[in-house]
Amino acid sequence: MPGFDFSNHTRNAALHARGVPLPKATSTGTTIVGCIFEGGVVIAADTRATSGPIVADKNCEKLHYIAPQIWCAGAGTAADTEFTTALISSQLELHALSTGRKPRVVTCMTMLKQHLFRYQGHIGAYLVVAGVDPTGVGLFTVHAHGSTDKLPYVTMGSGSLAAMSVFETQWKSQMTEQEAIDLASNAIQAGIFNDLGSGSNVDVAIITKDKTTLKRGYVKPNERSKKQKSYVFKRGTTAVLNEKVITKQEISKYVTVHELEGGEPALAEKMDIDV
Amino acid sequence: MEFGTSGMLNEDGIHVDMDRLKKGEVNLGTSIMAITFKDGVILGADSRTTTGAYIANRVTDKLTQVHDTIWCCRSGSAADTQAVADIVQYQLAMYGTMNGKPPTTQTAAAMFQELCYENKDRLSAGLIIAGWDERHGGQVYSIPAGGSLHKQAYSIGGSGSTYIYGYCDANWKEGMEESQAVDFVKGALQEAIKWDGSSGGVIRMVVLTKKGANRHLYLPDSDYKIRHQ
Repeated sequence: MPGFDFSNHTRNAALHARGVPLPKATSTGTTIVGCIFEGGVVIAADTRATSGPIVADKNCEKLHYIAPQIWCAGAGTAADTEFTTALISSQLELHALSTGRKPRVVTCMTMLKQHLFRYQGHIGAYLVVAGVDPTGVGLFTVHAHGSTDKLPYVTMGSGSLAAMSVFETQWKSQMTEQEAIDLASNAIQAGIFNDLGSGSNVDVAIITKDKTTLKRGYVKPNERSKKQKSYVFKRGTTAVLNEKVITKQEISKYVTVHELEGGEPALAEKMDIDV
Repeated sequence: MEFGTSGMLNEDGIHVDMDRLKKGEVNLGTSIMAITFKDGVILGADSRTTTGAYIANRVTDKLTQVHDTIWCCRSGSAADTQAVADIVQYQLAMYGTMNGKPPTTQTAAAMFQELCYENKDRLSAGLIIAGWDERHGGQVYSIPAGGSLHKQAYSIGGSGSTYIYGYCDANWKEGMEESQAVDFVKGALQEAIKWDGSSGGVIRMVVLTKKGANRHLYLPDSDYKIRHQ
């Protein structure tokens, strides 16, 4: 039958009525920050990804590429920050190609907010957008519902309160590049140590008129130390009760074995490549 | 939001929660106002935006320009009001270039009303539109939650406005001088900020006259006495 099938809606409503909870999305408890300085902008993030109480990834990347001079730090639903930034990055590159101009930070911010507003907060992406374009330095926050703010220093994610307390006590206007990097890094570390949703390392991206530098693992305050003792079981700990060797000839009784000619790749590894 | 328990849509009905803010939405728990005076209009606002109990931005600019001398004060959902203001800003730019003369405040207010009324079930936005045009001089229009449009001599809005109805009614005078009008707005917003927990930060103002737009900024550090910027 042609057209959409809405039968799942009836099923979901019935399941919901019987007390079945809705599936939970993976979200990143996160600390992300951004700070402008004389001639550029720096953004930073922690590297912990969580699913519920479990640390899913100890060293994930939360700084996303948009354009060479525009980068994004993402908090909220991991998949949403990943795909939203990738989508806008793609659209912005085509836009830059068709206009023949470098992409602007406000353009990126506007595209993000209009995309997120259309989805009424169902796309759980909370972003810090930063970059340098021909009009100057830009730093914005974009919330999942589509609201934006423009500030000289910003924080987002579950660790934003800890990070903001660092900015509110130590920030000053007209900082040097190194001062801004240190401040952003300290703000992230406040999140790493004081917020359960944040942890592991500090990633930093520095964007100036001339170049962008991504410093993965700029600070690693949680390096795993070498184990004091080895806990490997000694050989022979488990008694050998019996031993049986199966040869290749015997295996062919159970499975089909194909001998390949030397140099010829296996069928599954063949691939058509456009030239 | 609570659903019915039968699981059948026709039995449970569609529940629309009108006074909702979606979970985690950025809110402009606000004090905003706009007044007419002898030479034009003045818009004023506090600068606090909140997500729940957290202040997401303490120096927000809730006074948004939609044309040269037509501005609006935003209250309600930050996302909704920004989206509406962006659309009207675009429409007025088109209107201005295609007709070769700037739009009137009334035209701008009608554009805002259209969006607010047609999407009333999806938006939480309370707007005050104020502007100066060659035909009518300074004008103030208010568009509360349902999407109705009211032309007023002055208008107050946002959660903080409930505390200053008495102040405004007692102190309002028709055709004030600019300095007197600035003091009126500042005095009212100071009281709103003092009594409303969802309002705070700096006081921002925009003075719209024949000469164009003029920005004011007053900081709490100096008890809102000194004008910056």
